[in-house]
Amino acid sequence: MRYEAPTTVEAAVSLLSAEAGLAKVLSGGTDLLVQMRMGMMEPDLIVDTKRIPGFGDIVEENGGYRVGGAVPSAELNEHAGFTAMYPGVAEGADLIGSTQVQGRATITGNLCNAGPAADSVPCAVAVGCVARIAGPNGKRDVAIEDIPQAPGKTSLEKGELVESLFFPAKPANTGDAYLRFIPRTEMDIAVAGCGISITLDDTGTCTAAKVAIGAVAIKVLVVDEAAQALIGTKVDEAALDALASACSAAAKPITDKRGTVEFRKEVVGVLAKRAAKIALDRAKGA
Amino acid sequence: MGIHVSTKINGDDVEFVCDAEETLLDVLRDRLNLTGAKEGCATGDCGACSVTIDGRLTCSCLTLGAEVEGREIGTVEGVAKGNELHPIQQKILDNAALQCGVCTPGIVVAAKALLEKKPDPSEEEIRYWMAGNLCRCTGYDKIIRAIQDAAAEMRG
Ligand SMILES: Cc1cc2nc3c(=O)[nH]c(=O)nc-3n(C[C@H](O)[C@H](O)[C@H](O)COP(=O)(O)OP(=O)(O)OC[C@H]3O[C@@H](n4cnc5c(N)ncnc54)[C@H](O)[C@@H]3O)c2cc1C
Ligand code: FES
Ligand code: FES
Repeated sequence: MRYEAPTTVEAAVSLLSAEAGLAKVLSGGTDLLVQMRMGMMEPDLIVDTKRIPGFGDIVEENGGYRVGGAVPSAELNEHAGFTAMYPGVAEGADLIGSTQVQGRATITGNLCNAGPAADSVPCAVAVGCVARIAGPNGKRDVAIEDIPQAPGKTSLEKGELVESLFFPAKPANTGDAYLRFIPRTEMDIAVAGCGISITLDDTGTCTAAKVAIGAVAIKVLVVDEAAQALIGTKVDEAALDALASACSAAAKPITDKRGTVEFRKEVVGVLAKRAAKIALDRAKGA
Repeated sequence: MGIHVSTKINGDDVEFVCDAEETLLDVLRDRLNLTGAKEGCATGDCGACSVTIDGRLTCSCLTLGAEVEGREIGTVEGVAKGNELHPIQQKILDNAALQCGVCTPGIVVAAKALLEKKPDPSEEEIRYWMAGNLCRCTGYDKIIRAIQDAAAEMRG
């Protein structure tokens, strides 16, 4: 195996494109090194992005934030501006592993590992996060929900890597939230999760919403019916029940040691409801 | 082919050569004879390998040796000042907060990082911060007391 730490994104793309064997990007390494250790992954080349200028930065852009591909969750959660704008996204990232894991784990890695239970992804999807991808044919911007395809599989082409994640400016009267269910209080993998963003008008009527559910399908799912259940309502009990039913109906989970299909479908609805209430309070500025 | 790495460990300039797949934990233990950091799991779950990199608490088992070029590493070996124990180390002894001691270096490094960031953490904050440091012997309570005592002493 070769280890390279290029200092430009172009050099990273060239290295990834030129490698005939398995080439892997290294951000925090909290998935990649574990997979290598377990013998699940034997890369021929590792390209560490942490020496590329900008990859470690959080910068304001058009009223939103651009988060470099290698920014660890711990740093994101120390950023007062980002956590104030998108508390739900920050909380999702803050659920990843222990303090030690947080010191390295990135949202970009969480996304590109393409695990269905990735905790930072549903809420980032809900707030409209867009990934900037660099590759042999230049750069392109892609809604992050289009990146994971199935466990461990992404839509990235050979030679491509995620350079940064853009979180657009938050519209007025908008709130976000993420909740997951785990059997313990820390250090576990989600049995189900839900990220949600709600926008209200001046009368408190919901004008826009986006709902994403995790750990209940082969990838994080955007549930349009769940958003429709809220739009045009005051997000009252009836709307919340419709939201929960839509999430339960959209879920296509599996049964494993952490939960059955029936349990996961039920719980994802309950989580959606609870997350919606938090997002609603945040949208009202409470 | 070996990778040449220049770094700083506990304030001292250190150079080493490692393989691409070698973890920082293996470099510390097998090449530099800094055996304080322990391998409990090698998969990020136990915290026995805790170190700081540029002041940030991390698992050395989930970091490649090659990644630390130009960085500053802090390990448990740098915590005491000569023969004088750090308050966290002293309070762990005073509270009998260790038995086999395998988790202790990681506990010391993690607790020190916590108190540098938050001099007066609540019990809940301590428990969350330390959730990635597993101990199979003490039942945690004495560890929490030791950290609280050390925090109080350090605040003066
Ligand atoms: C003890 C422990 C507990 C954990 N708990 C949780 C948890 O509670 N919730 C959770 O969601 N996850 C958890 N994880 C998994 C992991 O920490 C997260 O998925 C993390 O966000 C991965 O980020 P990373 O930067 O470490 O990724 P890496 O390991 O560096 O990369 C992950 C994958 O993405 C690819 N990749 C990385 N960066 C890029 C890029 N810029 N462009 C293209 N591809 C890229 C890599 O090649 C690799 O395939 C845990 C891990 C450990 C060890
Ligand atoms: S050995 Fe690194 S966390 Fe267990
Ligand atoms: S004292 Fe034995 S593991 Fe903690």
